[in-house]
Amino acid sequence: MTGLWIVLAALALALGFGGLRQLRDGRARADHRQASTPAAALALGGDLGTDATFLQFSAPVCAPCRATHRVLSEVAAADPALAHIEVDAASRLDLVSEFGIARTPTVLLLDSDGIVRHRIVGAPRRGEVDEALRLLRGSRAA
Amino acid sequence: MPTDPTASDSAAAPTIDPRSPRFGAVITSAVLALTILLGPGWGLPLLVLQALVFAAGALLGLRNHPYGWLFRTFVRPRLGAPTELEDARPPRFAQTVGLVFALAGIGGALAALPAVFYVAVGFALVAALLNAVFNFCLGCELYLVTHRLAAIFGTD
Repeated sequence: MTGLWIVLAALALALGFGGLRQLRDGRARADHRQASTPAAALALGGDLGTDATFLQFSAPVCAPCRATHRVLSEVAAADPALAHIEVDAASRLDLVSEFGIARTPTVLLLDSDGIVRHRIVGAPRRGEVDEALRLLRGSRAA
Repeated sequence: MPTDPTASDSAAAPTIDPRSPRFGAVITSAVLALTILLGPGWGLPLLVLQALVFAAGALLGLRNHPYGWLFRTFVRPRLGAPTELEDARPPRFAQTVGLVFALAGIGGALAALPAVFYVAVGFALVAALLNAVFNFCLGCELYLVTHRLAAIFGTD
């Protein structure tokens, strides 16, 4: 009898947690947690874009990181004002704690000054990426 | 120029048909659910078998995974070629996590600590179900946690 309850609890936990993740992953959220240092000063291993930069945190044991890389490098390649920098999260634990990265893939959208403006946790949805870029550029023009 | 630490060293890393680990997760879920239903007594032999399966995938690589063999022999011929291959490291990492939980469950059963058995195998079942139903990436969740803990305790 104990076993039956455990199996049902495991089923409920898996479906609830997985369903929630499915709903929330990949969405761009405005990031108000201002980092103490602009990312520009943190030696990211690449140049910032003149308009915006995707800073992607990845891991070798992370399957969706590959898909994320594909989408973002495609977007960045199509627009010379954008840059895409990918870092191995484990080798940059300084950045991980600086920006409060909990899991991979996490993408930070930086503005031209290297300030974090949006955060996407989980494999980004293409529409969310475009919308975040539009918002960022809109606020610059204003 | 985009930089890509995951792709740069994965050119040499083994790849896998992404449907194989997912098929394996379905079998693993069924085996673990049955293990829990049978309890720490009758379920123990089943859990030992599943632990050996995890160990094969984690230590010998996914090429030598029994469920992977089942997939290649009986399922893949009916499905045809995969549209793309995936890095084998994420599912291999998941097998390692599964092995740890299975060993904890075996320890609980042998030490007559049924709570340890149920909690350990219960969490392994949650992980297997997440993988089977949602194609969940366990490495994405745990990789950073383990590295941060390792850094804190100075073993990195």
